[in-house]
Formats: sequence, C-alpha cells, structure tokens
Amino acid sequence: MTQPILDTSPHVSDEIRKTTCYMCACRCGINVHLKDGKVAYIEGNRDHPVNKGVLCAKGSAGIMQVNAPSRLRAPLKRVGPRGSGEFEEISWDEAYQIAHDWLAPLRAEAPEKLAFFTGRDQSQSFTSLWAQSFGTPNYAAHGGFCSVNMAAAGIYTMGGAFWEFGQPDWDHTKLFILFGVAEDHDSNPIKMGIGKIKERGAKMVGVNPIRTGYNAVADDWYGITPGTDGLLILSLIHLLFKAGKLDLDYLAQFTNAPCLVNEDPKSPQNGLLLRDEEGRPQVIDRRTGKLAPWDGQGVQPNLSATYRHKGVSHRPVLHHMAERYLSEDCAPEKVATRTGIPAKRIRQLAAEIARTAFDEAISLDREWTDFRGITHAKMTGRPVSFHAMRGISAHSNGFQTARALHVLQIIIGAVETPGGMRFKPPYPKPATAHPKPHCKVTPGAPLNGPHLGYPQGPEDLCLTEDGQPARIDKAFSWENPLSAHGMMHMVISNAHAGDPYKIDTLFLYMANMSWNSSMNTHGTMKMLTDQDSSGNYVIPHIIYSDAYSSEMVAYADLILPDTTYLERHDCISLLDRPICEADAVADAIRWPVIEPDRNVKGFQSALCDLGAKLGLPGFVNEDGSQKYADYADYITNHIRRPGIGPLAGWRMGDKGLQHGRGTPNEGQIASYIKNGGFWSEHVPDGAAYYKPFNMAYQDWAVEMGFYDTTQPYIFQLYAEPLRRMQLAAEGNGSHQPPDHLRGRIMATMDPLPIWYAPMIDAFEDPAEYPVHALTQRPMAMYHSWGTQNAWLRQIHGRNPLYVPTKIWEENGFEEGDWARVTSPHGGITVPVAHMAALNENTVWTWNAIGKRKGAWALDNDAPEATKGFLLNHLIHELLPPREDGMRYSNSDPVTGQAAWFDLRVKIEKSAAPAESQPAFPPIKSPVPKGPSSLKWKVGR
Amino acid sequence: MTQLPTATQKKLGLVIDLDTCVGCHACVVSCKGWNTENYGAPLSDQDPYGADPSGTFLNRVHSYEVQPDEGHAQLVHFPKSCLHCEDAPCVTVCPTGASYKRVEDGIVLVNESDCIGCGLCAWACPYGAREMDVAEKVMKKCTLCVDRIYNDNLPEVDRVPACVRTCPAGARHFGDLGDPDSEVSQLVAERGGFDLMPEMGTKPVNQYLPPRPRDAEPEYDILAPYLEPVADTAKGFAGWLDKALSALPGGR
Repeated sequence: MTQPILDTSPHVSDEIRKTTCYMCACRCGINVHLKDGKVAYIEGNRDHPVNKGVLCAKGSAGIMQVNAPSRLRAPLKRVGPRGSGEFEEISWDEAYQIAHDWLAPLRAEAPEKLAFFTGRDQSQSFTSLWAQSFGTPNYAAHGGFCSVNMAAAGIYTMGGAFWEFGQPDWDHTKLFILFGVAEDHDSNPIKMGIGKIKERGAKMVGVNPIRTGYNAVADDWYGITPGTDGLLILSLIHLLFKAGKLDLDYLAQFTNAPCLVNEDPKSPQNGLLLRDEEGRPQVIDRRTGKLAPWDGQGVQPNLSATYRHKGVSHRPVLHHMAERYLSEDCAPEKVATRTGIPAKRIRQLAAEIARTAFDEAISLDREWTDFRGITHAKMTGRPVSFHAMRGISAHSNGFQTARALHVLQIIIGAVETPGGMRFKPPYPKPATAHPKPHCKVTPGAPLNGPHLGYPQGPEDLCLTEDGQPARIDKAFSWENPLSAHGMMHMVISNAHAGDPYKIDTLFLYMANMSWNSSMNTHGTMKMLTDQDSSGNYVIPHIIYSDAYSSEMVAYADLILPDTTYLERHDCISLLDRPICEADAVADAIRWPVIEPDRNVKGFQSALCDLGAKLGLPGFVNEDGSQKYADYADYITNHIRRPGIGPLAGWRMGDKGLQHGRGTPNEGQIASYIKNGGFWSEHVPDGAAYYKPFNMAYQDWAVEMGFYDTTQPYIFQLYAEPLRRMQLAAEGNGSHQPPDHLRGRIMATMDPLPIWYAPMIDAFEDPAEYPVHALTQRPMAMYHSWGTQNAWLRQIHGRNPLYVPTKIWEENGFEEGDWARVTSPHGGITVPVAHMAALNENTVWTWNAIGKRKGAWALDNDAPEATKGFLLNHLIHELLPPREDGMRYSNSDPVTGQAAWFDLRVKIEKSAAPAESQPAFPPIKSPVPKGPSSLKWKVGR
Repeated sequence: MTQLPTATQKKLGLVIDLDTCVGCHACVVSCKGWNTENYGAPLSDQDPYGADPSGTFLNRVHSYEVQPDEGHAQLVHFPKSCLHCEDAPCVTVCPTGASYKRVEDGIVLVNESDCIGCGLCAWACPYGAREMDVAEKVMKKCTLCVDRIYNDNLPEVDRVPACVRTCPAGARHFGDLGDPDSEVSQLVAERGGFDLMPEMGTKPVNQYLPPRPRDAEPEYDILAPYLEPVADTAKGFAGWLDKALSALPGGR
C-alpha cells in the first residue's frame, strides 16, 4: 500500500513577535506567529518567567479576540437616551473636545467632581498619576470589588500576599494547601506548580465548597461552607498551639510574637506595643534579660518574658495568642457544624500540617546574615505552602480570614523559608514602606499625594474637616478604614445618592459596571439613567473607555475606543502589579504586533492626549506643549523618582546600559522587543529566602531600586494599625469615629485574627435563606471578555445553577428543570443542573456568562442572553437597614472589600420561563453583527 | 475498504495523566488554533456568534463526576482525541483509502483530497474521536501534529504536538509507546496506564494514567504524636513555652 506524500515541514510563519498576553490577568509571555502581517497562531513563550512556554485556553484563543466583531471601531457620542445604545461615530478631536469641556471647569473649581475608576486595568501607576495630576481624590482601580482583603491582610501582616506578591516554593514544598481562588489569580503558574508537585509526589489539599478545576485534582478535598474558612483556620491554629507545633525560633526572631503589649486598660497605649523614645518596639533580650529594640544588633528576643514598668504589665504577643487560640471556642468540635468539616478531618489536616512542617523540615546549605547581624549557616524550611485568593477574601469577614491564614503560615515558620511561601520582588515590603492615602483637594492643582495606601492609624484616614468621608466611595473612612484599593463597587450608588456629595463626571475604564461588575445590576442601570426633576441625568456625564461592545458602553455619553491587546503598548511595571517570580525580578511590555484596522487608540495614549489638552502637570512641558506623544513615550521617558521609571530593564547608566536604576533610554522598548518582550534578572542565591530579614536581599533590593534604603522588618502577627482604630472607637485620641460605628470597629478590628459571621447573617434568617450561592470563573473564560470569542464561547456558553444532591432531591429537580432563586434583595429564575462534588448547602454558577441582548455583538437569541444569568441581581451593594435606619455597604468593615460571596438564597422549583429572569430589552449594538461562519486560515 | 499496515516502525502517541488534568481546555484551544492554520482545511465554526455555535475540534475535554461508595464525589477531567489505534476500525471502514495509518510512526490520518465525507469512519470509531467539518465536508481528526513533530522549521524542543507543548499542568506526554524504554512507556508502566475501552479490541496507542486515590485516611494516628497536647490553657502553655525555649540554641 502506498501512503500519500506529506510535507511534514510546512512553513510555520513569516515572523514571530513576542509580547504579553491579556486574555486574563495572568500576563504570560506569548509568541504571536504572523503570516502576511496577520495573526496566524499564538503559543506560549518558553523563555518567559511567568508561563515558561505553556499557555491556557484563553491565551491560545487570542486570535479570536483580535477578530471579534464586538471590537469598537471609532469614538462614539451618545445620541439616544442613556442606556439605549444609540450612538454616532465622531472624530478623536471631537471626543477630546467634549471631554475637555466637561472636565476643565471641574478641575478649575471642584476636582472632586470627577470620579475616575478603572477596572481590569494593568496600568494603575499611570492612571493614578493622571488622576493625581487632575487633582481629584476619587480614583481607584477594581481591587475593592476583587481581592483587596487578600492584598491588605498580607501587606499588613507580612509585607506581601499571594499571586503578584508571592507564591508557594513549588520546587521544595511537600504539602500544598489551596483555599478558594479565582483561577486566573494566577492561572498558568498554579497549574504548572500543581503539575510540578504532583510529579514529585508531594501532596495537594483543596479547601473549597466546590470540587472543580484545581480542587478536582487535589488529593484531599475539604468542602467547606462559604464564609467559614476563618473558623477552620483558627481551629487549625488552636490545634497547633495546643500541641506546641510552633516554630519558636522563627517566631522569636522574625515576628512580633516577642514584642510586649501594654495591658493597662486605662492607658491610651492599651493594647499597643511597648516602644522606646525613638518609637522602636521593644523586646526582652535573652542575653541580658533587659529591654532592647526589636532590631538591635545581636538581640535575641525572648518569646516568653513579661515586663512590668510603672505599674503597667506588658506581656509578649505570643502569650496573647496562646490565650486567644487555646480557647475551646476554636476546638474542632465547636466549629465542625458551621464549617461543614467533621472534627476528625480538621484534626487530620492539622496533623498533616504538623507532620510535614516539623518531621519533613528541609535545610539548604546556604549561609545568610540577618538584620541583627547574626549569620546563619543554613536556610531551614517547613515545606508547607498555601495559596488563596477571592474565595476566602470576598466575604465581609475576609480580611480577618486572610490574616488568619497568614498567621497560620507564620507560626509554623513557613513564610520565606524553603518549601513554604516565597515573596516575589519587589515584595516583601512592609505596610509602613507603602504610601498612606491622600485626599487633599486644591482646585486647579494636583492632589497632595497618591490616592491609595496603607493607613497606620485614625490620623491617616481620608476624612474632611468635619469628619465626613472625603472620597465618593467612602474608602478610608470610619466605615471601611483600611480600604487600600478603594471601593469601586460603591461609586455609582454613592454618586447617585449624592452621598457624601454629588459628582459631575464619572470616567470609567474597562469596568462593566452596568452588568457583571456591579452588585444590584438592575438598580445600577436605573441609577445610571435616573434623571432629576429638570430632566437632567443625576450623574450628569459618563465617559467610558473599552475595546469592546460591552454592556457598559450603552450607559455612557462618550466612548473612547481602546485597542485589543495585540495592537497596543503597555508596561507590566514594578511600580504597578508586577509579574516577578520568587527567584527573579521581571517586568514586561506589550507592543503593537499588529496595527489596528479601526479608528481606535490605546486608552493610555488617549489619556496622554487628554492630559495635555487639560494642561495637567506631568502631561505638559514647561511651554505648555504635550509632554508624552503616546503611552510608549511615557513608558520610555517618565521618571517616577530619580533613576526609576516604569520599566527597569535597559536603563542608561554612567557606563552604558544597566538594569534597575538609570536614566531613560530611547531604545528601551526596542531592547524589550529584542529580548522577547520582557526583562528578568535572577535573585542572588544567598538572597533567595528570608527576604524581609536577609541583608543580602535587602541590599540587592536597594541596588535594583525597589526602595531607596534597606527595609528589614518582622512579621506583624499582632497588627497595631487595627488596634489603633479600636482605641479610637473606645474613645481615645482626637480622631473619633461616629458613635454608631464604635461597636462595629471594636468588634471587627481586632489586632489578632478573629472570625465573625458574615455581616449579612445578622439581617437574614438562615432558616429562610439556608443556601449559600457562589460564582466561579471558568478556566477557559475571563468573565465578560470571553463570550465574544468564537472558540471560548463554544466551551463555556451556558451557565446552569449547579445544585448539590441534597437540595436537588429535596426539590425533586430533574434534568432540564428551572428554579426560582430568591435573596432578600431579589429573585432570578434560572436553569439548574445536578452536581454531587459540592458542599451540601451551596449552589454555584459560572461567573459572567450571562449577557445582555445587544452587547458583545452576539445575536439576541444567543444562549448567553436567553439562558445565561447573573447572580448579581441577588446581591445589593448595601446591607439591609439596621434598627436605626443606617445602611452599611455590603463589604468587609475593615477594608471595604465587596462581600460577593456572603450571598444567601432560597431555592424552589419553577415552571420553565421562555428565558432566564429577569430579562431586559435589547440594547442597540454600536457594532455590526459577526459572520455566520468562520474558516480562519490566514496563510495561503 | 482500506488495509492497515501489519506493523508500524513506531507507535507514536499521547499519555494523558488524569491525576493532573485540571480541565482547563488549554489543549483543546491550542489544537484548534494550530490545526485551523495548518494540516488540511481549517477547522470551521458555524453560527459562531449566534444561538447555536458549533465547530470542529480535534480534541475535547469531558468532565465526569464519580461517586465512590464511601466518601465525597469526585470530578475527573477527561481529554479525548484520536487514540491512533493499532487496529483502527476507522481505517478499515474507509471506502476510498483516505483514512490510513502511517507505517513509519502509526499515526492515523485522513488524506483530505481522497475523503468523500461519507462519515463511515466516524460511525466506526468507538471513541467518537472524528469530526466532520461542516464547511469543508471532509473528515477531520487528530494528526498528532504530524506537521509539527518532524518540522525542520520549528526548534527541536517544539517538535511535539501543540496540545503537549501548551499543557500548563504537564498532564500530556508524547512519545513512542512501541519502545518499552521510552519515557512515555516507562510512565505507563510506573503509573498503571490503561487502554480506553479495551473491550473494543482497537488496541489504542494513546494511554491514560489513572487518578491517584483521593481523600485517603492517613496511615498514622492523627492524635499522636502530631497533635499530642502540651497545654490546654494559656498558663499551661506559658510553662511549656519556658521549657521549650530553654531547649532552643542559646537557651536562657
């Protein structure tokens, strides 16, 4: 038999251009293969520090994103009523003029009347600079409705958190415990890590109400009840304290466990750490038995010694922790019912942690010297590692839960040690080395400093002189004092209510606030379209920038069309949300590997133009001319502080090109392109672990420009900034919270991790609303962005409500059935499907599959629009009124993180409606429909 | 009807680790991308932005729930593409000789210029691994990226199927399953790799590695020594702490 002759070496592509993916937030390196100038194929970049060659489904489907019919084509001016989707195309000049005419008077008279918030933005160090130059205090990105609890708890506790801040030591860990995550936080590195540890035979444990994705491959699964992760973690801490399975040496040297707490209830210092005149926390030095500063040379902090001075007792933090966590309230039997995890299994998990941490300790022969000048011969590690993101943080108790998880890691000595959790440069960086929030407005001038930061006490809050919230989202107010990422989910609601004040222009970027990115979606649409008695919109002007025809487009007055990710410049900067690895510092660029075929512009370039037109400082030269021609020009030439710019690679030094510090280099972007789109430099071996304490790392960090002086610190098991807020609530000091908030501050801002029931539980009868309802992000879909993608929507085009066996049987559900799902705020009617591998009191669905008719260039009968749905309709941005009529934001009282996952519902079988309810009338699409079939071969 | 070769020089195929596959669909889309641009006709999509989108995929991931007699239900992600069977019924059923199994490496291919789109091979395949392209009306199937694995225009490290190159979890392995010393054969031997539906007698070349046991009880006593109490109260703890500290280096 003869076989056909086959060309097994066909031409692959004319050229490979290497850039950075933006199909989700993971930011992998990609090779874009081009044929005849068109994108032919996308694969992972093997040299890239994030993904090392692999690429997820979203990344490979990028080719269907750059051809998506939903791409906006030109600037748009609204011509119909807001919400109708009726627009006319205008020129960029006209668009800028409109924006200028709205914004220039605001800047001159009342800059706070501009609220500028960005969504899935990766250029926050740039957008925040623009907002700061404009002078409005009302700027933040989307962290407040995403995962600020994880970030803030991590920064306050240990100077870093997970994902962009840190990662498990995949090469050495022997037990990896994964709590709830949105599976793009991050995407490929976790999959690679799981593959790596499984290959080594290490164990993986999943703690998650839902056993899909990563949890499906976990060796052990703990199907926890939503909102109770903190309770489980405190029980693990209880068992470890009780068994003495603590790394005492590590606690003494590298944490504030030996620091001394003032125990005089009458003292204004009550509950604060004993400090010397220079403000340095004090410990008892084991060598002398006397007080010494925590960082004194050669000091050996004593974990156990107490100190009495002028009649005031001081006990070390560790004593307080023992008292708190040895309490039987934390016993497995006490938490089993609430968590849904039997006591025996809680013990099993604690034993597994203890056994791995202490019986399987690892030791690397690497000498290192700490900040006290003590040289250690080895690096000893407790090979237990954790990762968690939004699953535990998107609750109103998420800050304290995330703190508890960090404390658990620290008490076994598993942070920044071999086999544990490792920071990624430029982290670790303690809260005290971060900015504090700024909110002082001066008409016609920039804000007095960066908007966001880490308050250390009441004096750092963003309040007006009469104590009212200074920001439109009420971030950094007494309601949510440590809202380090702002509270984007409250902006529209507060602006509509004029509480704390009215605004004029809402300027949004990449945030689908009239749909899947808002709580109370229907209410939000009404707020965006509501008119006052004179027929003017309550929110007078809305400017929006997006690359695609999202639901939000219809609700804006002026649209600035952005490019796709392959058509633009970007920098993934160390000043922003970096992409480093534990062993390497890295940053990266995007660059136009193809040119746009539409009249669109990268949003950041548009901000350079608009900033110049408004004459914003930093965006104009001394002669008033435009400073940055476009974003690439900014990336190359902006100087943040001497020697430091957006990109750290290939800067200009005295003797030529150098990395880290240096003056701008006109060829910098070309150097990045030549190097595959990124820059990376290895952390020196002797600096690889113990980074907060290791002087080799600290010196290297200064050399690279992460900070200008060394910043050694110890982990804050006991968090004084929280205690300072409590002290104010108890009546101490001149900065006083309003009376109605005192109790809540005292209860929730505990300086040691606690657990309290999700806020909503205080208002809703758990018997009436017994079911927890969650969303998850599919691995092959980046919420609203994926649906316009012809390939990805074939994988995730439908989102039934997954129902556990118990509820399925109680309701007599059968395949194809529908359910009415009700919360105190609203109801939805949706298709259901059975799933057994699920917490028995939890239902869930895929995030953001449901679409509004007319959006994303889909047909009106697309399943996403007829059978898809959002849980957002069931979630209000405000908690129900208290007895005194006050309504709080549905957020964590510490950080303001949106409490998406506190949702409780009831479920009953429903007759099948024609389509999912609520249904909304179609919006008019600003883009034409897509083709009826695709045969996408670009080569000949 | 078409004849199979009596023997092939190699048995190239995939080993797919069901213990590690997280069901992310990376392999599905990478395959779609490469094979849309390369071998034969593009993999088309119908109604891509409409009510009933469908398209040709050479590799799909299915998810199955497993309820063991004891313990929690489990979810298994199961990627499936052509298994390049030794006794491939899709080849023998082909009326035109378009379907064939390569002598040199055992890859089962469709010569699209000879394919009349009759669909018999899809009916014959017990795995449902072949898909008729609606636009082109030819049968499409996994080529094991025959246009990558020997491709001189690719760096040597990239001469593997697109799905293997892209798999983030490292759950897909490629090699010669006819060579008992190859890495893939060793992996199959160590991990108890198995044939999919061996009762069909197709002798699939691709192998699956089973998930490791889940939710196993530990072999040690969880209460002792690891959770043996040293203290029940804060006072007791302080006493234990003093003793423990004196045992540390440089004790007081």
